[in-house]
Amino acid sequence: MADFIKDNINKDGIDRRGFLQCMAWAGTGVLYSVHGGILKSAPLLQGAMSGMDKAKMKGADFSFIQISDSHIGFSKEANPDVTATLQVAVDRINSSTERPDFLLHTGDISQLSKPSEFDTAEQVLKGAKAGRIFFVPGEHDVLTDDGQQYLDRFGKDTKGKGWYSFDHKGAHFIGLVNVVDLKAGGLGSLGSDQLKWLQDDVRELKSSTPVIVFAHIPLWTVYPDWGWGTDDSEQALGYLKRFGSVSVLNGHIHQIMQKVEGNVTFHTALSTAFPQPAPGKAPSPGPMKVPADQLRSVLGISHVNYVQGNHSLAIVDSPLA
Amino acid sequence: MKRIKWIFGLAAIVVTALACTNGTRASLAMSPSDKTASSTTVKIDNFSFGPATITVPAGSTVTWTNNDDVPHVVTSDDGKLFKSKALDTDDRFSFTFTKPGTYNYYCAIHPKMTAKIVVQ
Repeated sequence: MADFIKDNINKDGIDRRGFLQCMAWAGTGVLYSVHGGILKSAPLLQGAMSGMDKAKMKGADFSFIQISDSHIGFSKEANPDVTATLQVAVDRINSSTERPDFLLHTGDISQLSKPSEFDTAEQVLKGAKAGRIFFVPGEHDVLTDDGQQYLDRFGKDTKGKGWYSFDHKGAHFIGLVNVVDLKAGGLGSLGSDQLKWLQDDVRELKSSTPVIVFAHIPLWTVYPDWGWGTDDSEQALGYLKRFGSVSVLNGHIHQIMQKVEGNVTFHTALSTAFPQPAPGKAPSPGPMKVPADQLRSVLGISHVNYVQGNHSLAIVDSPLA
Repeated sequence: MKRIKWIFGLAAIVVTALACTNGTRASLAMSPSDKTASSTTVKIDNFSFGPATITVPAGSTVTWTNNDDVPHVVTSDDGKLFKSKALDTDDRFSFTFTKPGTYNYYCAIHPKMTAKIVVQ
């Protein structure tokens, strides 16, 4: 994992690389805080923030939670009860002293796009004490009806296959869909319609506006052999080049990875269902089996804090145990 | 190549015998150059199709079996000729290839998974 983590750019005196390595061992959830436009991160250990985390979150204008890869319906050995671990994640959110403005779910809500799976997920997530939940689909959520069921349940008032944007307290959030119309041999894909929409969506924004992009599959190339990347992400990021602060939040790979490239900070969140192996460390990216008593330490959520003025987002990866 | 055809001939005997289809199979299978409809299995393991390439006579039915803990969707490259539903663990999908040609396919949700069926 260390091979994939670059230095952080926030100049906040926190060694993110070491920090994230710790998180990888501890398992997780992520608390993000937005400090004047840049995401900062810290782990939510045992449901409470450490002194370091609190320092990072201090003065945040608002915070939100990223939750990902619930895979409701999965029942194999890697985690026979994914509903229970999603519930633990919700409990963790509710026990935090920081009340998030909203949740972002970065996809794979379900395992097989079954109505019963979506019902269960909605039921559990409804218990989270947060303003509302924003979703983007994972490939597991669009397995039937060309994703129509996902759109009906989670993507009302979105464009195309479920992409959209919204503004929140000075930050611009963009939810992208990179799990539909995938081409043989390729990676995740945004497609020309969505790219055109994105270009138009950010056209009128001031370059000082903090931009937070969220999508299921990483928008940076983590490991193409396993499909962990998005074919046309560079074009999308090209439209965001002029912005001083861009944060990209993804799921899909069920482990924390972070990379900073110029003005863009990339971050992937843990799953609430099961871990996946580090790139190339297993024959395939399938669910990774860990001893039952260790499972919750490799699952988690992320908490993000936003502070207007000093341009940084704080991301706290928090394990479920 | 001859050896491969011979193996397919053998496979044809076994499969058609199991399937109890028409009575001409034995003589056809004896002649390796003849094309005999058959049934063939492709296994999905560790995010890959195995074998990645198979050659079958026209009229053959290919059945995919998913052995992964993760769902896969077997889809022809054009997305039209065939597309399975999401195959959960142990689920199967079959398609009968009636016309000769090379049919490339992939997993619609894990597009790095690619393979082909050659129909003679």
